[in-house]
Amino acid sequence: MAELKPTRDGFGEGLLELGRTNPNVVALSGDLEDSTRAIWFKQKYPERFFSVGIAEQDMVGTAAGLALMGKIPFACSFSEFVTGKALEQVRLAVCYQKLPVKIAGSHGGLSVGADGATAEALEELAHMRSLPNMTVLVPCDALEAKKATLAAAKHAGPVFLRLGRNAVPIITRLEDPFVIGEAKTLREGSDVSLIACGIMVAHALSAAALLAKEGIDARVINLHTLKPIDKSTILKAARETGALVTAEEHSVLGGLGSAVAEVVVQEHPVPMRFVGVMDRFGTSGDPGDLLKAFHLMPEDITQAARDVLRLKKNAVGSRL
Amino acid sequence: MRPDLTTLRRLAVEIRKTILQTIAKAGSGHPGGSLSMVELLIGLYWYTLRHDPNHPAWPERDVFLLSKGHGCPCLYTVLAYQGYFPKDELMTLRHYPTRLQGHPEKNSPPGVEIASGSLGQGLSMANGIALADRLDGRTRRIFCLLGDGEAQEGQVWEAAMTAHHHRLDRVCAIVDANGLQQNGPVKELKDLEPLPEKWRAFGWHAMEIDGHDLNQVMDAYDEAETITGKPQVVVARTVKGKGVSFMEHNPAWHGMAPKPDELERALKELDAQAV
Repeated sequence: MAELKPTRDGFGEGLLELGRTNPNVVALSGDLEDSTRAIWFKQKYPERFFSVGIAEQDMVGTAAGLALMGKIPFACSFSEFVTGKALEQVRLAVCYQKLPVKIAGSHGGLSVGADGATAEALEELAHMRSLPNMTVLVPCDALEAKKATLAAAKHAGPVFLRLGRNAVPIITRLEDPFVIGEAKTLREGSDVSLIACGIMVAHALSAAALLAKEGIDARVINLHTLKPIDKSTILKAARETGALVTAEEHSVLGGLGSAVAEVVVQEHPVPMRFVGVMDRFGTSGDPGDLLKAFHLMPEDITQAARDVLRLKKNAVGSRL
Repeated sequence: MRPDLTTLRRLAVEIRKTILQTIAKAGSGHPGGSLSMVELLIGLYWYTLRHDPNHPAWPERDVFLLSKGHGCPCLYTVLAYQGYFPKDELMTLRHYPTRLQGHPEKNSPPGVEIASGSLGQGLSMANGIALADRLDGRTRRIFCLLGDGEAQEGQVWEAAMTAHHHRLDRVCAIVDANGLQQNGPVKELKDLEPLPEKWRAFGWHAMEIDGHDLNQVMDAYDEAETITGKPQVVVARTVKGKGVSFMEHNPAWHGMAPKPDELERALKELDAQAV
């Protein structure tokens, strides 16, 4: 049984390690340091932690000011609040000015659970992805989240780091390298490619196991970096498997699926299916129930795979 | 030591003329709000600011942030007159390709500290600089110029709370309170008065001055320097379009370039003020 740990914890540990190793790293919070785990940094390095209270626009602007003077600020909040309320500040103060501000957005996706729609960020990957100079990272487990946090600090420009609330299985290994922009093929396959990020990577691996029982050989790719996107791994999958399923804990509009489609459609169009939230808001509930109700389970990925294989077959058939 | 007032007044006339010439050449820009902030910037760049045009990145320099980014024709003119870049580059305002963007881009050219234009953002950045300075042991001053209309943006007050909470006494805000915004008087669109009292309620040391009286401007900057433990704000009562009779108090000149005949009339009026 894999160890369960939230990606926000991986972030918290990464930030703490940065506090120890990099004197320029500072952190800001809008009264969510406990939830985002920035509180561990706050407790150890109080002089480098700044509270701005419940004021996300101010937090991002203040982070920009710190970055102007050589600091590497992590601005921490719920993913929805910092990307939503402060989109304009992320755009101008951070991205347009190309500053090394790292936006750590916790509680991304449905697995926020009982708090409901207002806290369940389901569009923020689309928003962050659209900003020039932004790097968008969606780690799949706590180990990867810690590595992503360390990589974010090293990266010269703006970074958005999407983290989750719930304990999820650790599916990567300590020795696996993490490089921004380099997707990981976790399982080779030739019939269909399952491209996922965040918690959906584990679901994609489960889906691949289920598909194998039906004689379908699925490739599984962890696309932890939505931007800059790993075109070559995606195109290789399109060329070699001819059918793609994307899976994200996010709207099907504008996130991982769209990012992959943008690459594929222009270079090597193949049938695709998007597993994600179907353009609706979240709701309150137990995270497990919500993932089922919103069709984000391994079974939803396997069904999408069968659908896309049917399309692939038809496409091949129509060329004969 | 204060510079000679007559010299500064003549300088103000020249700066106003240049501002209008650059906007007229560009065919667009914001004359009203650029003209209202002239004395406020003269007081900074010719008196208060510790800065060096030959070393725009001097780490100990006092920092000026233009939060009301549309006033950049004034900032660019001031920087050029100070020697940050050649004066003849001023006529490239808003022309592609140019360093003189319609709303400022960071370091474009050096001397421009931040990007702005989307209102309400500068004061937060000023606070961030102040927090970094505290970590690094710098005591230089940080000035941030805002518009009064701009102070309708909630982020300004978030930043005001932050500066108070963290006792950022090296931050001095300046409000170019010309009483007008794009679609009319501030009083009619969203009244901000009593403005100095609002800042005081947020824990700031607030001063209220005639923003075109250079003595009052320099006095205020001097007074701000003496305040410890709280940030300072200079609420400068100014006239939008100051210096040109048909632009003064006229919202139409918020974002409209003068046509050639209007420019000629304006320059004549300003020349008459130079004596």
